[in-house]
Amino acid sequence: MARTITYREALGEALAQEMERDDSVIVMGEDTAGGAGSPGEDDAWGGVLGVTKGLFHRFPGRVLDTPISESAFIGAAIGAATAGMRPVAELMFVDFMGVCFDQIYNQAAKFRYMFGGKAVTPVVIRTMYGAGLRAAAQHSQCLYPLFTHIPGLKVVVPATPYDAKGLLTQAIRDNDPVIFFEHKALYDLAGPVPEESYALPFGEANVVREGGDVTIVTLGRMVHIALEAAEQLAPSGVQCEIVDLRTTSPLDEDTVLESVEGTGRVVVVDEAHPRCSMATDISALVARKAFGALRAPVEMVTAPHTPVPFSGALEDRYIPDAQAVVNAVKTVTGWTR
Amino acid sequence: MTDERIVAVAMPKWGLSMQLGKITGWMVAEGDDVGAGDEIADIETDKIAGTLESPQAGTVRRLVAQVGEDVPVSGTIALIAPADVSDDALDAAVAQARAVIDAGVPDEAAGQPVVETAEVGGRKIRYAGSGQQGDVVLLVHGFGGDRNSWLFLQEPLAARYRVYALDLPGHGTSAKDVGDGSTGVLAGAVLGVLDAIGAPRAHLVGHSLGGAVAVAATARDPARIASLTLIAPSGFGPEINAGYLRGFADAQTRRELKPHLGQLFADESLVTRQVTDDLLAYKRLDGVDEALHTLLGTLLDPAVSVRCVSPSPAGSRSVPSRVCSASSTPSSRL
Amino acid sequence: MTDTMERRSLTRDQLLGAYRMMRTIREFEERVHREFATGEIPGFVHLYAGEEASAVGVCSNLDERDTIASTHRGHGHCIAKGVDVGEMMAEIYGRTTGSCHGKGGSMHIADLSKGMLGANGIVGGGPPLICGTALAAKIKSTGGVGVAFFGDGGSNQGTTLESMNLACVWNLPAIFVAENNGYAEATASTWSVAADSIADRAAAFGMPGVLVDGFDFFAVHEAAGEAIARARDGGGPSLIEMKFTRYFGHFEGDQQTYRADEVARARAELDCLKRFAARVTETGELAQSDLDAVDAEVGALIDQAVDSAQAAPLPTEADLLTDVYVRY
Repeated sequence: MARTITYREALGEALAQEMERDDSVIVMGEDTAGGAGSPGEDDAWGGVLGVTKGLFHRFPGRVLDTPISESAFIGAAIGAATAGMRPVAELMFVDFMGVCFDQIYNQAAKFRYMFGGKAVTPVVIRTMYGAGLRAAAQHSQCLYPLFTHIPGLKVVVPATPYDAKGLLTQAIRDNDPVIFFEHKALYDLAGPVPEESYALPFGEANVVREGGDVTIVTLGRMVHIALEAAEQLAPSGVQCEIVDLRTTSPLDEDTVLESVEGTGRVVVVDEAHPRCSMATDISALVARKAFGALRAPVEMVTAPHTPVPFSGALEDRYIPDAQAVVNAVKTVTGWTR
Repeated sequence: MTDERIVAVAMPKWGLSMQLGKITGWMVAEGDDVGAGDEIADIETDKIAGTLESPQAGTVRRLVAQVGEDVPVSGTIALIAPADVSDDALDAAVAQARAVIDAGVPDEAAGQPVVETAEVGGRKIRYAGSGQQGDVVLLVHGFGGDRNSWLFLQEPLAARYRVYALDLPGHGTSAKDVGDGSTGVLAGAVLGVLDAIGAPRAHLVGHSLGGAVAVAATARDPARIASLTLIAPSGFGPEINAGYLRGFADAQTRRELKPHLGQLFADESLVTRQVTDDLLAYKRLDGVDEALHTLLGTLLDPAVSVRCVSPSPAGSRSVPSRVCSASSTPSSRL
Repeated sequence: MTDTMERRSLTRDQLLGAYRMMRTIREFEERVHREFATGEIPGFVHLYAGEEASAVGVCSNLDERDTIASTHRGHGHCIAKGVDVGEMMAEIYGRTTGSCHGKGGSMHIADLSKGMLGANGIVGGGPPLICGTALAAKIKSTGGVGVAFFGDGGSNQGTTLESMNLACVWNLPAIFVAENNGYAEATASTWSVAADSIADRAAAFGMPGVLVDGFDFFAVHEAAGEAIARARDGGGPSLIEMKFTRYFGHFEGDQQTYRADEVARARAELDCLKRFAARVTETGELAQSDLDAVDAEVGALIDQAVDSAQAAPLPTEADLLTDVYVRY
C-alpha cells in the first residue's frame, strides 16, 4: 500500500504537512526544538524523543521552545487558539498534567459551553504516556481516563503509525480541544503509511482482527499485546476479534456493541489503572447495552491499582501482557453459570 | 540431479505490487490427480483472494507450502510429477523450494516493477510497467481503482508485451486534482504517460471509467493507439450502475463501503478485509473525496455518454476495438 | 504612589466617554447589589464598584485588535471592553438572551468578538490565556496587545508568575494589571504578598513595573497608555499595580467583618467618579450638566437592562446539551 515508516516519523510527517498546509499551525513545548539560548545547535532535540525534529528550521518562527512552565504555555496555546491560531502544544509527559490541568479542563474544555457556543478552541495537546521504559512512577502513567471524563475535550490514543498520522492530522484540523496520547514505547514501531495527507475521523474504532469467539476491546499499545494473545489462541480454534478504540472521546459505541452481539464474550485490555477507567467504562457500556448478548461476565485486564514501579522485574508484571489476555479469554470462553 | 519431469506449481503474480501470497486452503491432497485448469489452492494476497488453477495435468506428489503460509511470488507451492519419479528427487526439490519460502520476500530491488512519475499538465501521474518485449500495452483502471487493479491480467500479458498501468488523476498515488473531471483531463494523463514511456503507439485496455478515458484518448490521437480493448466500459449506454458509483463515492466508513465493493466482483468472497481497508485508506487521502464526486458528475452525465459514442471525425483512421461486457464483472474470468 | 503627573490631554469626547464608562460600571454594580439582595439572582456575584478607574483607564487605550482577560470580579472589565450591558445583565439572571445564553453566569461573562476572553472563576486563570492572545497578535503582526487583569490574590498564583516570565522570555505584547484592592477574599494583601508591593516583582522578571493610584482615572490612563504603547512597539511586557479598595464584599453576602471602615472613607474622599468630576469641571473641560446628562442616560440604560433581563426567557432543557463541542 504505502512505504513503511515509524510511529515517530508518522507524527512528524503529520505535523510538517499540516504546518505546510495551514499557516496558523504552530508548535510549542519544552525542547520541541531544543537549544533555545544555548551555544550549540538550535534544533538539538526536536522534542525529547525526536518527534518535532526538523520543524524549527523548516517553519521559522512557528516552533517555540518554552521555559518549564506548563500552566503558562499550555494556557498560552489555549489562549492563542481562541485568537485564530491552531497551536499544537506538547505536554512532555502526561504525568505533568497536574501543573497545568486547570487550563485544560477548566478553561479550554469549558469555553465553548460557558460562553454559550461563542468560542472555538482548536488546540491540540500532544503528550506521552505509558510504561515499559523503566521511567518509574512519575513518567509512566496512562491518564487518558481523567481527560475522557471531562466534557468538552476529545481524547485520541493511536496504536499504529497509520493511525498516528491520520489522527494527528484530524486533531489539528478539528475545531475542539484535543488531547493526543502517544505511547512512548510505540515510537519505533514501523508500519505502512501513505505519503499523502489524510485525516481519520474521531469516534471510529478499528476492528484490527476479526473473529467470532470473543471481543477484545483495547487501545494504544495494548492493541499489539492483544494481537499477540490472539495469535497464541488461534491454533486452539479460539478466534479473537480485536476492537481498537482509537479515540476514547468521542467513543465508537456501535462498533463495540456490534462485535459483542456477534461474540457474546468481552475482554477489555487497558494499561491504565482499573478504577474509573476505560476498562470500567466499556464494561458498563456492554452491561447496559448488550446485556442480552453476553454469555459471560466481562473480564478486565489492566494494570494493578499501584503506581508504576521502577525495577524491570516489577514493571514487567505491572504491564498487562499477552499471557494475561490469553488467561482472560480462556476465562470468558470457559465460563459457565 | 533434478528430475525434469517435476513440474513446479508457482505462486502466481496477481498484480504489479504483489510480493507474497498466503495459502488459505488446498483443494487437493498429495496423490490426487488433477487436470489442467482444475482448482488446486485458495490464495489470499493483500489485494485479493482468489483460486489458483493447475497449470498442467498430472499427479500432485508434494504440497510444499502449508495453509496459512506466506509464499513469495514465483515460489514453488506444490510439485506435480508422474508416479514413477523418485521420492529422493521430490524431497530434494521440496528442500530447494522450502529454502525459498523460508527466506521470505526477496529484497525490494529484485523483481519489483519500478514506479515512475510523469508530469502531465501540472499533475504528477504515477505508472509502472513489467514485461521485456513486444508492443506497449497500457492498462487504464476504473472509478476508484488504481494501477494495481489489474491483478489477474498483469502476469499473462507481461509474458508477451511491455505492459504498463497508470494511476489516473484522483486515484492511487497520482495527483488528486482532476480539474473539471472530464474524460479529456483523464485522457491527457493517458497520452502523457505514453509520452513518458516513449511509446509512439500502444494498445489501450480500459475498464469502466477507464474505458471511456481510453476512447477519449483514442479520439484525441487515433494514430497513437494500436487497438482498444474495453472491459465493461462506461459511456456506452444508460445502464450505468449509478447506485454503486454514488455509494462508493459517498461511503465514509468501512461499514458503508463494504456492500458496494461486493458489486465490483463476480465473487463477493474476493473482497478481503485488506481490500476494504486499502480502499477506505485511499478514499481518506486529501482530495480524493472531491475528485471522486467530480468524476461522478462526468460518469452520470448522459450528455457525456452520448459524446463517447458519436462517430469520430471524418478522415481519421478507425482503431480496432473490442468490448467485453459486464455479464460478470472482472475477476478470474479474465 | 505616583506624583501628580502631566496628563496627556484628552478630547471632550474621550473624557465624556471615560466618565460614561465608569458611571455605567458603577450603576450596574450598585443595581446588581440591590437586586441580588432580593434573592432573584442565582449563584455568586463579585462586584467591582470602587475600581472603575482601573478598567476604564486601561481599556480606553485599547481597540478591536486587543484582548483582555479578567477575574471573577469581571463586570467592570466586560463593560469597559464594550460587552453589551443588556446581554450582561441577562447573563447574570441566567436568561437565554445573556452574553453566554445563560450558560456561564456572572463569573464567566465573555465576548470574544470584543476581545474579552471572559471573567474567570479560577484565580490566575487569565494570564496564561493572555500570553496566548498576545502571542497570536505578535505572530500575525496585528499590532494588538493582551491585558491580563488579576487581583492581589491572583498575583501570588503560580500561573500568574509563570505567565510573567513566559511573556518576558517570548517578549510578548502583554500587560499585567494587578488590581490590589487590599483583600484576597478575607485576607489582606499586605499579609499575603510578601514583598512590599506587587509592582516590585516586575523587576524580578525583567520588565518595567509601576504603582498607580487606582482611584485616579488620569493616572491609570497615562500609565496604561505608556505600557500599551511599549507593547505595541515591540518593547515587551509591563506590570501595573493599581492600589484602591472595593466597595462591596468579596462576594455578595460577604459580611466583611474582616474589614475596618475604609469603604466609607473611600466613597467620601477617594471615589474615582467624584474625583474625575471635580477635575474636569475645575478645568472647564466638561460642565456639570454634561455629567448629569450622562448620569441620567446611564440610569435609564441600567433600568432597561434589568427590566429586559427579568422578562427574558430561561434556557430550555434542549439548551443543556448544546455547544459542548463544535462537532462531536
